[in-house]
Amino acid sequence: MSDQTVSSTFLSDARHLIGQNRITFAAGILLVLFVVLAIIGPLVAPFDPTATDASASLAAPSWRHPFGTDALGRDVLSRVIVATRLDLGMAFGAVALSFAAGLILGPIAGYFGGWIDTVIGRFIDTLMAFPLFVLAMGIVAALGNSVANIVIATAIINLPFYVRTARAEVNMRRDLTYVEAARMGGNRPWRVLAVHVVPNILPAMVVQASLNFGWAILNAAGLSFIGLGVRPPTPEWGIMVSEGATYIFSGEWWTFTFPGIALVLAVLCFNLLGDGLRDILDPRSRT
Amino acid sequence: MTMLITILRRLLSAIPSVLGVIVVTFLLARALPGDPAAFYAGASATPESIAEVRSQLGLDRPLLLQFADYVGDLLHGDLGHSVSSGQAVLSDLLTRLPASVELTLAALVFALVVGMPLGVWAATRPGSFVDHACRLLVTLGAAFPTFFTALVFVYAFYYRLDIAPEPLGRLNEIYFVAPPQVTGFMLIDTLLAGDMEAFRSAFGHLVLPSISLGLFALAPIARVTRAAMLEALGSDYCRTARAMGLSGRHILFTTALRNATLPILNVLGMVFSFLLGANVLIEKVFAWPGIGAYAVNAVISSDYAAVQGFVLMMALLFIFLNLVVDLMASIADPRVRYDV
Amino acid sequence: MTHANKLKLGAIAAGTMTALLLASTSLATADTPADVLVQVGEAGPNSLDPMAPAANELSQMVAWQIYDRLVTHGLKTLPDGTVSYDVTKIEPQLAESWDISEDGTEMVFHLRQDAMFHDGTPVTAEDVRWSFARAVAAGGFPAVQMAAGSMTDPDMFSVVDEHTFKITLDAPNKLTLPDLAVPVPDVVNKDLALEHATEDDPWALQWTAQNDAGSGPFEVTSWKPGNQIVFSRFEDWKSGPLPEMRRVIYREVPSAGTRRALLEKGDVDVSSGLPPKDYAEMAEAGQVKVIGSLMQNEMFFVDMNTKIAPFDNKLVRQAVAYALPYDAIMSQALYDRGEPMYGADASSGYAPEWPVASPYDTDLDKARELLAEAGLADGFATDLYIDMSQTTIQEPMALLIKEQLAKIGIDITINKVPGSDWFARMGSQTMPMDINYFYGWLDYPEYFYFWTYDGITNAVFNTPAYNNPELDAMTRTALSLDGGAEYDQTISAMNAIVMEDVPRAPVAHLYSDIAMQQNVEGYVYWFHTNLDYRFITKN
Repeated sequence: MSDQTVSSTFLSDARHLIGQNRITFAAGILLVLFVVLAIIGPLVAPFDPTATDASASLAAPSWRHPFGTDALGRDVLSRVIVATRLDLGMAFGAVALSFAAGLILGPIAGYFGGWIDTVIGRFIDTLMAFPLFVLAMGIVAALGNSVANIVIATAIINLPFYVRTARAEVNMRRDLTYVEAARMGGNRPWRVLAVHVVPNILPAMVVQASLNFGWAILNAAGLSFIGLGVRPPTPEWGIMVSEGATYIFSGEWWTFTFPGIALVLAVLCFNLLGDGLRDILDPRSRT
Repeated sequence: MTMLITILRRLLSAIPSVLGVIVVTFLLARALPGDPAAFYAGASATPESIAEVRSQLGLDRPLLLQFADYVGDLLHGDLGHSVSSGQAVLSDLLTRLPASVELTLAALVFALVVGMPLGVWAATRPGSFVDHACRLLVTLGAAFPTFFTALVFVYAFYYRLDIAPEPLGRLNEIYFVAPPQVTGFMLIDTLLAGDMEAFRSAFGHLVLPSISLGLFALAPIARVTRAAMLEALGSDYCRTARAMGLSGRHILFTTALRNATLPILNVLGMVFSFLLGANVLIEKVFAWPGIGAYAVNAVISSDYAAVQGFVLMMALLFIFLNLVVDLMASIADPRVRYDV
Repeated sequence: MTHANKLKLGAIAAGTMTALLLASTSLATADTPADVLVQVGEAGPNSLDPMAPAANELSQMVAWQIYDRLVTHGLKTLPDGTVSYDVTKIEPQLAESWDISEDGTEMVFHLRQDAMFHDGTPVTAEDVRWSFARAVAAGGFPAVQMAAGSMTDPDMFSVVDEHTFKITLDAPNKLTLPDLAVPVPDVVNKDLALEHATEDDPWALQWTAQNDAGSGPFEVTSWKPGNQIVFSRFEDWKSGPLPEMRRVIYREVPSAGTRRALLEKGDVDVSSGLPPKDYAEMAEAGQVKVIGSLMQNEMFFVDMNTKIAPFDNKLVRQAVAYALPYDAIMSQALYDRGEPMYGADASSGYAPEWPVASPYDTDLDKARELLAEAGLADGFATDLYIDMSQTTIQEPMALLIKEQLAKIGIDITINKVPGSDWFARMGSQTMPMDINYFYGWLDYPEYFYFWTYDGITNAVFNTPAYNNPELDAMTRTALSLDGGAEYDQTISAMNAIVMEDVPRAPVAHLYSDIAMQQNVEGYVYWFHTNLDYRFITKN
């Protein structure tokens, strides 16, 4: 197969997929924008996101401050832009952690079965029995409200979903002919699992992960609302929304609206993308 | 008989989870910052008085013994005393649980009433504009932080438009006397007491919080409804029904919808337990006297007994709920058998 | 499926929300009834009796309404028109009159004959004796508060006859009489309480924590901890004019935004515990009434721990005191709901009162000079702690401080401490810097010093771990003096010491703010800052 045909099939495939799902495509573009912003954010922010200005506190949107300023006179636009990196980073960190842990625990449980499956299963059942948000609160309160701990707490409460997905997917493939063949071919179980089974469950896991991104962002926002967010003065959408929300009745709408829009767009974009990916990668469970 | 055995087996299989929850919560509560002895001893405490309180509370004993004490108390149905409310944790939780359950159920009803029609509608025209719009709408509903939606609702419908009642708990208790507690559900109790005005007040107070909460559940319900309907509509019996000349409406609402019940029921259990956990932040905004607000306060104030009690109760509740959903599923579809 | 059906489905979906909302349209309420007061606050009591272990501050609010004390204070109208309790006027409550012996050690109280507890039994001298003995024996905060008035031993209290009660002190103390007016020596229904006493709980603290055993102007009709408490007027109250409010409902509403909205919409009468920004804006708008009274014997400050380097160096503390962004804190964190306590001209000494303004004001050059003199020209890194339950004010303030101190090379990390851990942190004296405040129930400067600057008491409020034997001796001299020139000189000298040493940099003297409907009258500022429902009227 020549390069030419590869790229043309790819293109036609892509065209087909995009045509089938414009919303997912739009979400994809949005994601690229967010990622770009996360990378170059600090460079394009017009102001220092932590610099206070006593003379311009709670100023309404203007040419100088398109998103207005907050109670300490900090530029909301700059804070929203700079926060992108941290918010996406935290969500990515949490998702990556639970993805990795799920990719280890789930396949082991699903492939080997037996007592190890029981142990992992019970562990996950126990986690699932917790009221998840309160568990996250407890973990962050106990460990301290640093970025790392928020990421860890979010990863822990999301872990069950990954382990379950991975376990179910592996369980389903365990006895398929190609796995059987690999086993018969003299491969050791670990090798069969790592080389022949796990790669095939990745699509389902990726879907799970992208659906989980939005939830991770919302979780961090909720923690901020009850005072367990990242340390001030670090700009973070959840903290900005929950702080801004205290001005809702006094009319300084810009303090919560703009970070709110950023947050909602990010969550929406991940959720739509997750949805779309599920349709593309895993047509079986298309809903 | 088989049903009974199934239930028993399910209950037995939940025991390790419950034990795990007890251990983890105990350790987590101990890891919370703050020294309950110093807290108890108050503002004018001396090192001696703190030490005295510590030994009174048994906090100077080795962790393992403290755990043994805790488990011993649990076996007697004693969840300990909450420092912040000054009451027994069990009675706190029991008084507050109905408020949270009522709110969660109301949110679920909202999500069903809105989400199912959206799902059905989308399923009738898959891939169309309507389908995409529905999907966008429900996804958007789940993209807002719950506390944010709640505050915006209060601002818009109470503060500006004046069409929602004051965000002050479950009932306007200035004008209405709370009905005698029978079920703990305000809507039912006011009806039992025959107080229609109080019922209206209770209903009005339930609207905004349950919608703020229910928005979160729209997406899973609409999604699963759509998928189940698509499958059902494409199935042999629906095609047969159509071939037999039954009207589209009839097929949609009887055959197809009935066959979609099972997956909806399955997702409902998950959604309910999720919502029960998620109303933590909503309760704070609406001064809702439920267990969510109680739990937030307990974690923030390192109220060990309250945190432990709350988590334990929720865990038991989730396990019970999953059992109920499974049983209902097996009733709805006799093909479903659970061999755990 | 027909087109009509699709429309129907769409209509169901879209219309549900509107329908649900409209169903409650007619429920928007009018004003609260004229003899009912509805107050919303952030938190509520966890006990009906402040004696009970771990009782919170709101339990004192309850005790103020449901218990009588022997004496109370008169009222006075301040120049700005607000009404405050009058610290100089001690007036009868349960005691009709009292005699104090020449040497001040014997105090005899003649109780009113007609006073009754809420269960209808008469209040006797034995109830008073038992209650006082209980306050001393309960330990913890009540015992300390009693000790402030030199009441340390249950044997100091005796019954002369059914309606005469006597206190015998070891030595006279000017704080004893005012100490009888604070919500600690509350008169409890002894017989009722003892019915519920147990071997482990001889003072029936557990029972009074959950039940009303008072004789005060209001009784508790219902209490749902964590939710609301309802008081109703005690119709047989004889120890003062009958309150106008027949019922008072205190609701806990954790969200400050909701508390403001409820007040502005007219659904509640009084809203307390709002952020200063809300008070400032509502006072400006004038739709509701905002009353701010300068708190008695109060100061809001930044602590610097004198035992932790580099704050063990006075020059460093002074440098920080010269660097703090005072004006920005006043306007952006406090919204001017307080009076500045900085930038005073101290060349002619300090007034014999508390709080007094410090001589420090923002002067970065001077701060740099002092730092250089301390050998820290390049600055240093340190931690600033704030109380998580006070973040509305303290977090913006901490951010302003962090940004400002960075200009003189001091790198600050902000740490939020959960409310539950705050007292323990304060007591451990391990915070290099923290934002804090203190106010005294008794209006004496030396009382403030005794709690916050004293190396001998070394109370939990001595967060900067300050220990100055000279100051401690002067505090005791002042405590023993009842006014006069020597007293004034001592207080002024004490003020000079703490301003020179600056273990804490004064920032502001805060208002005790409260917001209410225009038709609510009769608000009185009390040292405990809680609302006194006795005087409230609505027109």
